[in-house]
Amino acid sequence: MATEATHGLPPARRLSLQRLVTAAEQGPLDYGSRLWLKVLIGLVFVALYAPILALIAFSFNDSKRNVVWQGFTTKYYLVAWENQALIEAMVNSLTIALMCTLFATVIGGAAALLLWRFRFPFKSAYEGFMALPIVIPEICMGVALLVFFARMGRFMSGFESGPIAWWNSLFTVWPLNLASIAIAHIAFAFPFVAVVVRARMAGFNRELDEASRDLGASEWQTFRHVILPYMQPGLIAGALLAFTLSLDDFVITFFTSGPETVTFPVKVYSLVRRGVSPDINAASTVLIVITLVATVLAMRLQRSERN
Amino acid sequence: MTSQNDAVVSIRNITKMFADVTAVDNVSLDIERNEFFALLGPSGCGKTTLLRMLAGLERPSSGEIVIDGENMAATPPNKRPVNMVFQSYAVFPHMSVEQNVAYGLKVGGTPAAEIGPRVTEALEMVRLGPLRRRMPDQLSGGQRQRVALARALVKRPKVLLLDEPLSALDAKLREQMQLELTRLQETVGITFVIVTHDQDEALSMASRIAVMDRGRVCQIASPQELYERPASRFVADFIGKVNLIDGEVIGLAGNAVLCQAEGLGEMALPAEVPVSGRIAVAVRPEKLKLSAVEPTGPGLIKSKGTVRDVAYYGDTSNVFVETPAARELSVNVQNERRSPTVYRRGDAVWVSWSPEDTLILTE
Repeated sequence: MATEATHGLPPARRLSLQRLVTAAEQGPLDYGSRLWLKVLIGLVFVALYAPILALIAFSFNDSKRNVVWQGFTTKYYLVAWENQALIEAMVNSLTIALMCTLFATVIGGAAALLLWRFRFPFKSAYEGFMALPIVIPEICMGVALLVFFARMGRFMSGFESGPIAWWNSLFTVWPLNLASIAIAHIAFAFPFVAVVVRARMAGFNRELDEASRDLGASEWQTFRHVILPYMQPGLIAGALLAFTLSLDDFVITFFTSGPETVTFPVKVYSLVRRGVSPDINAASTVLIVITLVATVLAMRLQRSERN
Repeated sequence: MTSQNDAVVSIRNITKMFADVTAVDNVSLDIERNEFFALLGPSGCGKTTLLRMLAGLERPSSGEIVIDGENMAATPPNKRPVNMVFQSYAVFPHMSVEQNVAYGLKVGGTPAAEIGPRVTEALEMVRLGPLRRRMPDQLSGGQRQRVALARALVKRPKVLLLDEPLSALDAKLREQMQLELTRLQETVGITFVIVTHDQDEALSMASRIAVMDRGRVCQIASPQELYERPASRFVADFIGKVNLIDGEVIGLAGNAVLCQAEGLGEMALPAEVPVSGRIAVAVRPEKLKLSAVEPTGPGLIKSKGTVRDVAYYGDTSNVFVETPAARELSVNVQNERRSPTVYRRGDAVWVSWSPEDTLILTE
């Protein structure tokens, strides 16, 4: 096209015009066709994923000290699998993450629904306070929760017999002994869910709700068949967020975990102080795979629901 | 005119306040069984609020609504024998066409065996049969509206409420849907109540129209009556175009009254009811005739004038004529021939019309 248009011109002029035309034909979104942009994109991807790829690669490194590549092996997966403490921490982490996901999604979804649906006094103040855990430095949250649980613990342990003592004894058994960590995680994760779901609901056409009631549906049927399906993508996104936030949280967990209850990030931290061995890489890789699979599953679920 | 027994909807002294704004102000009206009733008015006149109160989506501040012999005061929207087609259509985006239409039956507890045939019947009625498995985002605006229609009709309501149903469609499609809605109403034999701000829509579809302004009903009448015998300046001005000329009654001349119209002088007009004092003389632009020479005829009202502007619309033209007393009259000329008489700015013309086509408005 460009050559046709510049046919009758002298060669030098034709060339410069051609360059001009090609430049104009490149839309602003044709970033793939400019070298420096390609390089920049490449660098961004390297910065994002090189550490993770290195982590995965070195989980197959046949070296105890894991500094220089020595050769391929999968034996450290076995080592990690046989490391009782590491596996226990992993199981704890996943259990906490699941509890956190479940409760944070329900509480966050309900909070979002409340803020979307109703008008009540101090609503905007409530909305602001609810989002506080998102902006409060984690270290402050951690200390606050530590103080809270310590107070609670001292108060509750004052009962040596009776129903409260029985209640206390419940929380020494797995998985209820993880409750304090799970509660802490729910406390900081549910605002994220609420914010995501609230954003989703902002786009809801209220005439849908009215149409449903007009067609004979009760409040509950309307919620179940019209509002909930609309919320669903927000809920799934929020749940995923809560899951990953809980799974990789270190600071708050560090403050709220007891000696008996160690999560994977806390365990890894204590291990790397004695040097990073490939079994830690292996366990981390497994964690990445679990998260990836969960994400892909959630996305699949969402897509099949729509069709 | 309306007997109590025929009314499927009776609205009695309904008032609706939003904070300190009165949206609907003491409205009473009856809607007869199987009629196509239109609530017409400018935006903010309370017509949609009135419709929403019929659906139960809004609670009246005072007054009562009786639908099919039952007082609706304590009846929630999901228990009312009415269904609504919303302005945005409100088609459920996560359900197929079929599921949308079946929704009302399903939540209402209709036996599963009955749902299928009724959905099919409703979809046939709006000619959506072949699209029943489509999702709403695969439909055009007109098709989505048909889904909303089918979804409401499948419930077999006593009254179908339509809130500005055609406002989102383009002009051609709107005209087609107007015709289709009227035919549909005749076929299904359900009372339709439509809210619109478009006078053409109301005139062409409705059997009766209530014109509303600032929360009140100005006039309830058939389209012809509304157009030819508007009860007030507002109605005359809102429905179609009109030349409104302020004037005063100065005497009687047999069966007619003698009026002094501003800028046009004295004229004798037939009056059905005795009038006096300040009035408005109203005459529709298409009732006015233009001619190059002075027209002759018994009792014709006529005036010399100069053409000020011509607006060409294809089928008709609007010619604005200024009388010697600086009074502007709008004259609607049918372009019946391919090369009609062309009026140009500055042309000297005569404007005339028959006294029978003139209305005296007191309000």
